[in-house]
Amino acid sequence: MTTNGKPKIAFFDFTCCEGCQLTVVDSLQTHPELLEVVEIVQFREAMSEKGEDYLVAFIEGSCTRESDEARLKQIRAQAGVVVALGACAHLAGVNALKALHPLDEVRRYVYGDKADWYETYDARPIDAVIPVDFAIPGCPIDREEFIACVKALLLGKKPPIPDYPVCVECKLKENVCLFTREKVCLGPVTRAGCGAICPSYGQSCEACRGFISDPNDTSMRELLAKHGMTPDDITSIYTMFTTYQVRQKLQAQQAGK
Amino acid sequence: MSQRIEVHHVTRVEGHGDIIVEIADGKLKECRFEVVETPRFFEAMLRGRHYLEASHITSRICGICATGHATASLRATEAALGVELSEQTQLLRKLTFHGEILDSHILHVYMLVAPDFFGVGSVIPLATTHREVVLRALRMKKLSGDLCAAVTGRHTHPIAMTVGGFTHFPTHGELKALRQRLVECRQDVDATVELAASLPWPQFERDTEYISLTKPDEYAFIDGDFKSSDGGVYPKERYKEITNEYLVPTSTAKWTRHKRESYMVGALARFNNNYDQLHPRAKDAAAKLGMRPKVTNPFLNTGAQVVEIVHCVEDSIAIIDQLLERGVKPEKPTPVQLRDCEGVGVCEVPRGALIHHYWIGEDGKLTGANCIIPTNQNIANLEADMRQRVPQILDKPVEDIRLDMEMLVRAYDPCISCSVHVLKVEER
Repeated sequence: MTTNGKPKIAFFDFTCCEGCQLTVVDSLQTHPELLEVVEIVQFREAMSEKGEDYLVAFIEGSCTRESDEARLKQIRAQAGVVVALGACAHLAGVNALKALHPLDEVRRYVYGDKADWYETYDARPIDAVIPVDFAIPGCPIDREEFIACVKALLLGKKPPIPDYPVCVECKLKENVCLFTREKVCLGPVTRAGCGAICPSYGQSCEACRGFISDPNDTSMRELLAKHGMTPDDITSIYTMFTTYQVRQKLQAQQAGK
Repeated sequence: MSQRIEVHHVTRVEGHGDIIVEIADGKLKECRFEVVETPRFFEAMLRGRHYLEASHITSRICGICATGHATASLRATEAALGVELSEQTQLLRKLTFHGEILDSHILHVYMLVAPDFFGVGSVIPLATTHREVVLRALRMKKLSGDLCAAVTGRHTHPIAMTVGGFTHFPTHGELKALRQRLVECRQDVDATVELAASLPWPQFERDTEYISLTKPDEYAFIDGDFKSSDGGVYPKERYKEITNEYLVPTSTAKWTRHKRESYMVGALARFNNNYDQLHPRAKDAAAKLGMRPKVTNPFLNTGAQVVEIVHCVEDSIAIIDQLLERGVKPEKPTPVQLRDCEGVGVCEVPRGALIHHYWIGEDGKLTGANCIIPTNQNIANLEADMRQRVPQILDKPVEDIRLDMEMLVRAYDPCISCSVHVLKVEER
């Protein structure tokens, strides 16, 4: 805590597009009072000051190289609460698509014979490197959900992240189901909290918020197949943001056999 | 005596870059801008993905220019598959694109650049000392975001844009409300021009080659040919003759050069090349800022952004008028005929010319991809500016030199997380 009683918070970014930090900046448009209840001590994208004394660390981005692990451990050692901000930090997100190709081949495709100049390894979520207290999901995060999480933190409560599927929010919005509009969707297995924004704008849910804790995968895959998707298409939609999770699950299943 | 100025992870820019300046015996020994962002490999990851996913994946290259990446991506796919766009689709694409240019420029002018002139480290203390200025910035930024949201669902990362059209359409009520707010915003726009005209921009001139897209009938943002201020117009498919990419060990971003050792892209390049097509109110704003082509002070890239803010607000009003007059109807995206093909899509995103080049197989999956980002194209030019600038300010205290270098970097509005998934393409 600071002498003014406001908790100190800091923002960090690893491998990502920084869209979630921008969403944080945008949340000030509707919630400028946020600055009156917390003290931001580090936010490289928006400010020059770099304070190393903070209670809450918001981490955006995936870890994609060994040399970033030390910085993450340092953040964990300092912060009382570590929050993974957005899909890259929470799930490894689109960064994990790299894992669908051999790593060395990916490096050479982009950097040719200079590939060795640039360090990289398989993208991973932050909780694969350090313990994370909770995640604010989404690609990008939802502005209102971010505010609700900060409020909960200030009250010492667990942030209100839903554990029911996107379909619930879609029904509440009275959207016409995409499955009846010649489209497919991962809404039945994906964690809600986004207000079903993609289906509301006519696009499939791509599971950027990760899966609910007990998804009915078998039924989901059957439904996708029934709507004309080949096994290849199904793998594709299942790996958009969740390659890391799908692979972890496969590895666990193989280990259990 | 030797001095070393090192700025680790320059703040108030998008992504991670370091400045290194070494001075020995009163002479500049070395200066570099190092891109230390982690490499991201988007081009490699696009391979094997369905063409409909490409714009969703590539918008994730950048949170600030997500709409720009999605648009360039769609244009590449549409060029490859020979998809023609309806007039309505073109108008809606332009409108949401303007929303992003406005959002990004306002963020850069007010939140990233202005704090340097007020002698503070961020926009946060300005919320107390210059409350009106900050509220104005937030008001304008919200309007830009709402403009994008009405068309595509959100600015970062747009939802409703797809190959051949849209999956959602704004209502007339939404468009009318936005038009009203854009008209009211003129007051804020005028105040922005006045603020920019009152700032003590550093005096520094260095002529370079300015490269932007150009179109015969409008100030180019989406599509067009490449134009060089040194002469020459190149169709988009010949982009490699402009960019000539190469790698340097101090950067995870690829560098480019054309006719000279470096060239500049971005708002200033567009301003210099396409000034005649700016809206009259934007030209008035340029006059207030004392800007007339060719402007060779890179710090005034921010000034050119202010001029474009005026242009985009006026053009957005004009586009909404056209949409309201012709009516917005739900349209199905243009159907595609799959085949083995390739295509190039180009846009002028906030920071300059953006190129996406895709190869698509007859199964609809990408077999190759190449993306060239504005920030990559600017790094060599930024270093050339640094090399000329430092000797001119060597008599100043180190802290002043450091601030000056940071301000120069910020003037380019670098988008570093964008710049590091540079590619190597397998030509087939």
